[in-house]
Amino acid sequence: MSERTRRERMKLDPVEMPERSADSRRTDFGEVNEGYTAELAMAEAERCLFCARPTCVEGCPVGVDIVNFVHRVEAGEFEEAAAVISADNSLPAVCGRVCPQETQCEGACGLAKKGKAIHIGHLERFVADYARDHDHAPAPVPSPTGKRVAIVGSGPSGIACASDLVGLGHEVTVFEALHEVGGVLAYGIPEFRLPKSIVAAEMDQLRARGVRFETNAVIGMVDTVDDLLSVEGYDAVFIGVGAGLPRFLNVPGENLIGVFSASEFLTRVNLMRAYVEDSDTALIEVEGKAVVVFGAGNTAMDAARTAVRLDAASVTIAYRRSREEMPARTEELDHAEAEGVRFETLVGPVELHGDDDGRLTGVMLQKMILGEPDADGRRSPVPVPEQIREIPVDVAIVAIGNTPNPLLLRATPDLEQSKWGTVVVDHDTGQTSKPGVFAGGDIVTGGATVILAMGAGRRAAAAIGEFLGSSAELEEELL
Amino acid sequence: MNTIVESRPVASEITLLRIAAPKIARKHRAGQFVMVRVAEVGERIPLTIADSDPEAGTITIVVQAVGKTTEMLTSLGVGDEILDLAGPLGTPSEVEDFGTVIVVGGGVGTAVSYPTAVALSKAGNSVISIIGGRSQENLFFEDELAAVSTELHVCTDDGSAGRRGLVTDALADVLAATTVDRVLCAGPVVMMEAVAEVTRPYDVPTVASLNPIMVDGTGMCGGCRVSVDGTNYFACLDGPDFDAHLVDFPLLAQRNRAYVDFEAKRREAMQPCAAVSVDVEAAT
Ligand SMILES: Cc1cc2nc3c(=O)[nH]c(=O)nc-3n(C[C@H](O)[C@H](O)[C@H](O)COP(=O)(O)OP(=O)(O)OC[C@H]3O[C@@H](n4cnc5c(N)ncnc54)[C@H](O)[C@@H]3O)c2cc1C
Ligand SMILES: Cc1cc2nc3c(=O)[nH]c(=O)nc-3n(C[C@H](O)[C@H](O)[C@H](O)COP(=O)(O)OP(=O)(O)OC[C@H]3O[C@@H](n4cnc5c(N)ncnc54)[C@H](O)[C@@H]3O)c2cc1C
Ligand code: SF4
Ligand code: SF4
Ligand code: FES
Repeated sequence: MSERTRRERMKLDPVEMPERSADSRRTDFGEVNEGYTAELAMAEAERCLFCARPTCVEGCPVGVDIVNFVHRVEAGEFEEAAAVISADNSLPAVCGRVCPQETQCEGACGLAKKGKAIHIGHLERFVADYARDHDHAPAPVPSPTGKRVAIVGSGPSGIACASDLVGLGHEVTVFEALHEVGGVLAYGIPEFRLPKSIVAAEMDQLRARGVRFETNAVIGMVDTVDDLLSVEGYDAVFIGVGAGLPRFLNVPGENLIGVFSASEFLTRVNLMRAYVEDSDTALIEVEGKAVVVFGAGNTAMDAARTAVRLDAASVTIAYRRSREEMPARTEELDHAEAEGVRFETLVGPVELHGDDDGRLTGVMLQKMILGEPDADGRRSPVPVPEQIREIPVDVAIVAIGNTPNPLLLRATPDLEQSKWGTVVVDHDTGQTSKPGVFAGGDIVTGGATVILAMGAGRRAAAAIGEFLGSSAELEEELL
Repeated sequence: MNTIVESRPVASEITLLRIAAPKIARKHRAGQFVMVRVAEVGERIPLTIADSDPEAGTITIVVQAVGKTTEMLTSLGVGDEILDLAGPLGTPSEVEDFGTVIVVGGGVGTAVSYPTAVALSKAGNSVISIIGGRSQENLFFEDELAAVSTELHVCTDDGSAGRRGLVTDALADVLAATTVDRVLCAGPVVMMEAVAEVTRPYDVPTVASLNPIMVDGTGMCGGCRVSVDGTNYFACLDGPDFDAHLVDFPLLAQRNRAYVDFEAKRREAMQPCAAVSVDVEAAT
């Protein structure tokens, strides 16, 4: 390890992530970021000051021991670095790629003020990829406890919960409504940002450790939560069904052909592989067309960049607020812009127009200005009277968020819900109002992040472990 | 998993498949459907559960071959497995003792109205069934429906079976002669729209089982949205049954034509020499 002084370290320049040129990547779905090599990773790690009070760790929602893992990377001890990360994060290859690092670990890094925050996400991604490529053996599982847990939903919260529970020796079955596992990681986030092979590798690890997956199992319709507990004999249930119901704009013309929710657009492309030549799933013609995306979060950027790859003539992000308020990760905004996505800010759609066949032809955009800050401190957009203009559009994608899917919840009436339809839980344990039933992820928080969902899944796993342990002890006492 | 235990043609280009799916069979209620995927790069399509046998652990679907996926499905035989089968989905049809109900099925819509007729009959209703098709060879389930109905009216466009004419002709006659408490219909959009217009003056509660294009069938995509009384609903979650007098049928018909170009191309690719003639209206 180099014995650089603090001063020397601070002089080093950040090691940027190698990425494919915008021209080459905008024509296919291959991953944009190419990943650090071992040399690049070690060089980046060399900049870390290994602070006595590491603010970066406080910025990470699950408290990854960043100091320790970066230290190992600098020393070239990548397997050890992977073990350090795994202690707190069960999906590092995913989080390294998709965490909003600039508002979490990297935003809290002491070097951030100088614009030279350590690229913690890139390092985490490197370490996780390294471990996967070097046959990282699945973590051992203890002898079976005889307790069975049902996990509903195979997104990050469910996967993380399953991973910890199988590690405690419980028998775990994951039920997934769709034909593919992974939740948003499979049907939402596109290949060019998160290759499906990475999600598949995580699932293979879980399978190798004994986790069973049942796809096409829509809980609430086929088995209810009560059935799982009383008929199927599970000792506990974790609900991680995400926030799946797409929100629409509620403006005239929204049902015209060519208007999609981002979920539909991305599902058709990602899950149903509509971009593959022989796919049977139809997609409205995007090639050569004018596409507009409403919203400016990660979902909006994914939809816009997907449209770029389907060879749209133009792709425009239309957002009600200004560039500063855009909720997407900085990297996604930069990548979208480099790939030719146009940003049109301070506009909101008020009406969509179509032709005689009901196909979308244009959008009326209302000019906005930013008004007073609202309850949560964000300045809300206010329409400017009489400033409406029409732009020609063939495809419109609505990416303004999701609400909780009522499918499972309406079949579980005794589960306490908030007025937004989210499940009410104890924050530290994920315990719901129903004994033996736990919940976490977007179904509790509303649309949030992978790392928060993962963290919630792990907290619930610990609580479920305790719940099952104590019930086992209880049974022993009764004997 | 999902093994086909029976496969037989029941009408021209319409095949009945009985599939081993014990859990779905146990949970199924009239009005619900399954999502089916046949091949790795295949699409997911919705199909009504036409019948279920909880004891035998089987469900029955009746499929009209209108495009690639339905053609692949109907070409499967006994012993073959269906790659993906998810359900039961959708809100079950409202079933109670309404009194006298008319159940109308047009084309493959008969597969949708049949389980509802059975459930309504069991609930104590006097069920009058009306089915229609282009010709005798397009009809199916006549005997099954007759067994649960007090009256069965058969209509064909060419008069080869029953009366010559549309289901709405028979419907108008029954409504004129009998006091009816409820009407249910399933079939092509134009037919359901016509049924709604026939029953409207009588003020009979009328329910249509809508058939929009679906992707996931679980409320996740919003592609199946339909407009009812000016409000959008997701048919896979809130339906497929809706108040026929309030449904925006022209919009549904329009949205169901979204992919006609794509589907035509796909069918050509499937059968390069003989482009199959397909009655798109029959499916929409
Ligand atoms: C397009 C897109 C891009 C995103 N980008 C980012 C990003 O860059 N960074 C980031 O941190 N976050 C991102 N997010 C948010 C992040 O993906 C979610 O916060 C996270 O996936 C939530 O995890 P979850 O486990 O709660 O649920 P989900 O990932 O939503 O998974 C829930 C699963 O449960 C299944 N399910 C639902 N109902 C049932 C049922 N009744 N029975 C059985 N299964 C059921 C669903 O089919 C789904 O597979 C993005 C989201 C989207 C949509
Ligand atoms: C709730 C519901 C229940 C249904 N029940 C039955 C049934 O019991 N028997 C039956 O034969 N058919 C039923 N359908 C219609 C059936 O889903 C379509 O015929 C089928 O999807 C066509 O697929 P394809 O690939 O063979 O044809 P395609 O070539 O894809 O399409 C032919 C026509 O079918 C319609 N269609 C296409 N894709 C879909 C889709 N994903 N969902 C709905 N319609 C679509 C379109 O109008 C299209 O023009 C039902 C539809 C719904 C929504
Ligand atoms: S999990 Fe996310 S926030 Fe935490 S260290 Fe890793 S990239 Fe940063
Ligand atoms: S705050 Fe930044 S420099 Fe300090 S230990 Fe964390 S990553 Fe390294
Ligand atoms: S089919 Fe996707 S929401 Fe109904």
